[in-house]
Amino acid sequence: MTDGDMTSADTPRIAIIGAGPAGIRAAETLVEAGLRVTLIDEAALPGGQIYRQPPPTLRRPAKALYGFEAGKAEALHSSFARLRSAIDYRPETLVWGARDNRLLLSSRAGNTEIAFDKLILATGAMDRIAPVAGWTQPGVYSLGGAQVVLKHQACLIGKRPIFAGTGPLLYLIAWQYLRAGSRPAAVLDTGSFAGQLRALPRLARQPRTLLKGLYFTAALRAKGIPVLYSALPARIDARDDNLVLTYTRNGRSHEIAGDAVALGSGLKPETQLAEILGCAFDFHSPSRSYLPRCDRMGRSSLATTYIAGDTGGIRGADAAEAGGALAALAVLEDLGRSVPEVRKRQLLTHMRRAEIFRSGLELAFAYPAPAIAGLADDTVLCRCENVTIGDLRAAIPQWNITEMNRLKAITRCGMGRCQGRVCGSAAMEVLASETHAPIESVGRLRGQIPLKPVVGSNFETKAAS
Amino acid sequence: MTDIVQYDVCIIGGGLVGCSAALHLTRAGQSVVLVERDSVGAHASGVNFGGVRRHGRNALELPLSLRSLDIWRNMAALVGNDCEFMPCGHLKVARNEAEMSVLEQWRGFGAQHGIDVELHNGAKLRQRFPWLSAQIYGASFCPGDGHANPRLAAPAFALRARAEGAVIIEGDGADVIEDAQGGFEVTLMSGKRLRASVLVNAAGAWGRTIAARYGDDAPVNAVAPQMFVSEPVPYFIDAVLGMVCGGLYLRQIPRGNVIFGGGRGTLSPDQRSSWPSDRVFAETVGLAGEIIPQLRNLAIIRSWTGVEGNCDDGLPVVGSSPRRQGLYHAFGFSGHGFQMAPAVGAVLSELITRGATPTDISALSPQRFADAKSGLVMAESEI
Ligand SMILES: Cc1cc2nc3c(=O)[nH]c(=O)nc-3n(C[C@H](O)[C@H](O)[C@H](O)COP(=O)(O)OP(=O)(O)OC[C@H]3O[C@@H](n4cnc5c(N)ncnc54)[C@H](O)[C@@H]3O)c2cc1C
Ligand SMILES: Cc1cc2nc3c(=O)[nH]c(=O)nc-3n(C[C@H](O)[C@H](O)[C@H](O)COP(=O)(O)OP(=O)(O)OC[C@H]3O[C@@H](n4cnc5c(N)ncnc54)[C@H](O)[C@@H]3O)c2cc1C
Repeated sequence: MTDGDMTSADTPRIAIIGAGPAGIRAAETLVEAGLRVTLIDEAALPGGQIYRQPPPTLRRPAKALYGFEAGKAEALHSSFARLRSAIDYRPETLVWGARDNRLLLSSRAGNTEIAFDKLILATGAMDRIAPVAGWTQPGVYSLGGAQVVLKHQACLIGKRPIFAGTGPLLYLIAWQYLRAGSRPAAVLDTGSFAGQLRALPRLARQPRTLLKGLYFTAALRAKGIPVLYSALPARIDARDDNLVLTYTRNGRSHEIAGDAVALGSGLKPETQLAEILGCAFDFHSPSRSYLPRCDRMGRSSLATTYIAGDTGGIRGADAAEAGGALAALAVLEDLGRSVPEVRKRQLLTHMRRAEIFRSGLELAFAYPAPAIAGLADDTVLCRCENVTIGDLRAAIPQWNITEMNRLKAITRCGMGRCQGRVCGSAAMEVLASETHAPIESVGRLRGQIPLKPVVGSNFETKAAS
Repeated sequence: MTDIVQYDVCIIGGGLVGCSAALHLTRAGQSVVLVERDSVGAHASGVNFGGVRRHGRNALELPLSLRSLDIWRNMAALVGNDCEFMPCGHLKVARNEAEMSVLEQWRGFGAQHGIDVELHNGAKLRQRFPWLSAQIYGASFCPGDGHANPRLAAPAFALRARAEGAVIIEGDGADVIEDAQGGFEVTLMSGKRLRASVLVNAAGAWGRTIAARYGDDAPVNAVAPQMFVSEPVPYFIDAVLGMVCGGLYLRQIPRGNVIFGGGRGTLSPDQRSSWPSDRVFAETVGLAGEIIPQLRNLAIIRSWTGVEGNCDDGLPVVGSSPRRQGLYHAFGFSGHGFQMAPAVGAVLSELITRGATPTDISALSPQRFADAKSGLVMAESEI
């Protein structure tokens, strides 16, 4: 026995996955309470998606990187800097699986594992894609990807990119491109203007965020960039040196040309770890997806596991910070420690407001389910395995398929590198519409280990931890 | 009270064995109901390695295995889908002289059954299979064996059987089995009741409980073999690979993914499900990279397991119950059932409708455990 083998009651082993706003605030709250945490993130630098940091060689002023959010970004990064020496921080480390109270880690040094008594999942979200014919060709990016290259690598996907899809990030990122010297060809939102109006009362619960959204639209329009609602992308074709996006609007077909396309229809929580650990999930109708069940403070159905930030549903960065702190308070409560009640109440109030705001976003920027049901047969749905919507439409009646994992088994849709993280939402829509079944009845793709590809030689020798 | 529907045959279990039996029995004119508590092919039959080999098999199951290969070759004609069967041949590798002598010995068995294998070593081996590690001492190659897609097979048999008149019930398991009017009455979890003159126990790893109900105990226990798949790379592994020592079995599909297995995962406490063990990764992925060095740099994209019934003597339990007339067993396939199931269905159909089968399955009979001293024949756990 070594000194490190103290019983877990004395020094509970707490692991946090994700060093975004949620994970950092959770770590900070626990450190303040005198606990030691392990904070693991795939990325090289802390910050998560919104406050992603470029590598040192591409460093730029916070204002240039984060715009209106520069203050918050700097606050989070400096909180992290203060925490750094008090925590066991593992950057560039992928959590590729979990079982019972163990996390399986993979890094350049090889694979290793750690044990935990309490786990906070702050794994964030990724782009949610609504495919269109031609979306897999060069020059077409996911919306979040378009932002990552800009923030992280100071590159643009194009000089005249088309932004298509829906969600607040569509406008934000188009505006960031505009500011970075690109001239977006158009911003095409699948959501309707009426939907955005209907959502206004709820969005007004976070007036600052609402105003920013309006500002981006106004700023884009002021530069003569078309911003259109109810524009449903139909296909993307390469023509000469351009990508031409064909879309329908009010029953008529239109074309717009650009040199790149960024596509995104909101975000999708990264819930695979919750799933692999065995957390219960519930269907969440506004986002048409399954989400891990958790209480207001982030307690999942498992006594060991807590959910914070976008992992539990897309509520944005401010709510992620609050949710991270709340999940940490839940951990403290469950460990029998005292928690600051006033702070807890403030955070809960914040979360309630964020919840209403989120329902507003879901109303304003709904996932374009009907558009997916109407896509042409030759549209590739699963790009890892090159499965088209037509392949699914043929297989579903032929094999009498009613459930997502059977759809995957028969057609390979969702069976590739990404495990259906990209195509899963759209595949659920296709299966539901082809079988005339409610979306929740088709189930969801099961997550499997390794969550993301891990190179074979990493398994050969276990790295010392 | 609901009406109890009467069938000629009730099959419990919708794995490949049960689905194959359903198709063959329906074709033989029987009215058939198949009961599957999950969905057809959801367990071992749908998640296995997909190896279709005679090579290296216990001689006692070779007759069944040979007959099954004939069916695999004509799968499209039988079920309307070739289930991606690829007869690329099976290569069993030896790491030393002792293992090589096992292969030499098997060559003799094979020859008796009309199977000609090629033994290779040295430069000739590396010329023929340049992707093999130089560590490999020698190998035996069995042309005609190959692999298929397990995800398609059981559903394909079930669809065909249904199209030809079988009743396939999914999502409802057999709860209680009772004797009724010379036959059987089966009450499902949903409360629904069925009657049949003949009962087929094709419940895979769970078949032992049903058999034990009639005193036909067999030493079949659940295990959870573990599988892996890599990202796709251009096709280069042009044979299914196995090792004399067990340890690793591996194939590549034309789409490019390398699928391999070895080691065992963890069973759930109720043995109804299983999951991969991360501890097996190091061993099996490491071994794959040792045998085929090019695999060392490939990314592993998924691992999974399935629940298989392993019999102590490594042979399945196939045949009529020694104790209860009208009861037939076909379970405990010990890692070999994917290859053999197509023929098992045909054999069961012959036993049930004609009382006899031309395929020699005498060594697989449940009778072998009735006399405790008949003992173990030969242990072979490799898939
Ligand atoms: C591409 C992208 C761009 C975005 N840009 C903005 C924006 O500009 N403005 C805005 O308001 N919102 C943006 N969002 C929304 C954003 O998700 C939230 O605002 C906020 O970042 C959520 O914080 P979080 O802490 O919940 O998760 P995140 O910030 O997403 O942090 C999660 C962290 O977990 C890590 N992680 C996940 N899985 C694993 C694993 N298995 N192993 C190890 N590490 C793991 C990730 O590397 C990541 O650093 C963006 C989202 C995405 C996906
Ligand atoms: C990972 C793995 C790799 C393998 N590789 C190979 C290989 O390469 N080659 C090969 O030949 N074999 C292989 N095998 C073995 C092969 O998969 C099995 O022997 C074969 O699939 C067994 O078929 P089955 O129909 O008997 O069982 P199963 O497919 O398990 O089907 C039995 C079915 O019975 C159902 N059932 C059980 N009890 C009840 C009840 N009370 N009521 C209703 N339904 C019930 C179950 O739900 C199940 O679906 C492998 C097995 C595994 C797990």
